[in-house]
Amino acid sequence: MANNILVFIEQRDGKIKKASFEAAKAASDFAAKLGGEIKAVVIGGEVENVAQLGGYGAANVVHIKNSELTKYSSSAYAELLTKEMSDGGFDILFISNTAMGRDLAPRVAVQNNAAAIIDCTAFDYQDGTIVATRPVYAGKALVDVKATTEKKVFTLRPNVFSAGSPSDASATVEVKEVSDVNLKSRVVEEKLSSGKLDVAEADIIVSGGRGMKDAESFKLVEELAGLLGAAVGASRAVVDAGWRPHSEQVGQTGKTVSPSLYVALGISGAIQHLAGMRSSKFIVAVNKDKDAPIFQVADYGIVGDVFDVVPAMIEELKK
Amino acid sequence: MKIAVCVSHVPDTATKVNIGPDGKTLDPNGVAFVLNPYDEYAIEEALKTKELLGESEVVVISLGPDVNKETIRKALAMGADGGVLLKDENYRDSYAVAKALAAEIETQGAQLVFFGKQSVDYDNGIVGQLTAEMLGFNCATVAVDFKLDGDKITVEREIEGGKEVVETSIPAVITAQKGLNEPRYASLKGIMAAKRKTIEEKEAAAAENYTEVLGMKKPPEKAAGKIVGEDASAVPELIRLLKEEAKVI
Repeated sequence: MANNILVFIEQRDGKIKKASFEAAKAASDFAAKLGGEIKAVVIGGEVENVAQLGGYGAANVVHIKNSELTKYSSSAYAELLTKEMSDGGFDILFISNTAMGRDLAPRVAVQNNAAAIIDCTAFDYQDGTIVATRPVYAGKALVDVKATTEKKVFTLRPNVFSAGSPSDASATVEVKEVSDVNLKSRVVEEKLSSGKLDVAEADIIVSGGRGMKDAESFKLVEELAGLLGAAVGASRAVVDAGWRPHSEQVGQTGKTVSPSLYVALGISGAIQHLAGMRSSKFIVAVNKDKDAPIFQVADYGIVGDVFDVVPAMIEELKK
Repeated sequence: MKIAVCVSHVPDTATKVNIGPDGKTLDPNGVAFVLNPYDEYAIEEALKTKELLGESEVVVISLGPDVNKETIRKALAMGADGGVLLKDENYRDSYAVAKALAAEIETQGAQLVFFGKQSVDYDNGIVGQLTAEMLGFNCATVAVDFKLDGDKITVEREIEGGKEVVETSIPAVITAQKGLNEPRYASLKGIMAAKRKTIEEKEAAAAENYTEVLGMKKPPEKAAGKIVGEDASAVPELIRLLKEEAKVI
């Protein structure tokens, strides 16, 4: 029992988030190593395609349902998840490290007297102990951490654990209708920029730095991002200058990202920026200065003016 | 109303990280420490709230060694009324920090508490939530907008691809994200006044760590990449490499 893993599945607008499929698959793979089983918990109102979690290794799913739970409520979600953990005798909880996950995990941890280990990028099992690896100093270093408590809550960095291709397996879904949920803190409205990809979730990011010269020139960054199906990112200098919103900032006081491809345009590569993107699988840099630090982490570099190179990239991709 | 702000003392973001001789922590040699950047937004929001309410007091709390007084002093210079240093020379994890902060917030009788959304050292981003839960307070994290109307709190928090509006009420913990406000600079008058303000020092309440760091390491070095070429002429080869070698587009 002690090695069974409960995994929290995040839904927004009735749709399961990609990061939760990754968490389910990671939980299922790791439980196999521990000799345990997994169970997935979805909290919400109507949620689409819950049974497809079976394809990611979660054969058993409980859907805790109430129309008041359609939008996130930290107080209600924490209580319900805690109850699920204690009723099921779970010692381990996996949650993806999204805005919701990081908000929720520590509360569930306190309610279960559990350690919370945040933003994990790897798990190992040594002599009966789970050792998690997580970045610190925005990725300038990594620590190996273990919990000294019986119960443990781990959050998993999105885009690090692969969800793989799902099998056709369908999960057994138990729907638990609940009433009188605790809505002391609740989301009343979501304001989403329609169709805009977020750097924290995107598989490809095209980022611009001071070398883009002004806010207007970010049209080039946006056009390239559009062609690649990428999110637009920005360096701190650009955000501080007010050219781009803070939600796009990559680096130590912005977001730490790990996409498959990171394209840095006119970014010199300050240490706090490199910390936030160096774990990207492939990095492309375009910069006029051949000595710019960004080239030390780039897999592919072009030394040149962004206003010459980026339009050529757009042309080439349109072919 | 009493408003508390919890602040931490962290290595500047321009710091190059070297691992200390214990193999578990940062080597502090040559490292410049500063007020955690996100805490500046927390202090500013507390001061703005005080100005709005009148009749209130802002107390700044920090846990750590003696040197944390520099950071408390900075908050006092910005306009906070008083400071408390919870002394502890030893490493504490988020849980043990939150325990001591919760005890002090209770002692202070603060009903509204601001934190930065995370410290830029351990990057956990959970001390605010842990403290709130230990106190039985409501909590809203990663705030980019904060409104207080009587006991009612409305916060806009940053989420993937946008924001969400959270409604809750006092007593509450709010964690601040960049963009919440424009932190004020300490004026010369403020800096002078801060020298006369007292920082109360007491031992941090004992608490056990729930986690143990086994080791710290540098991330794997990236192998030196290649310069594909210069100027626009290198673009076709770059796109070919991305498609055929990296297979990422």
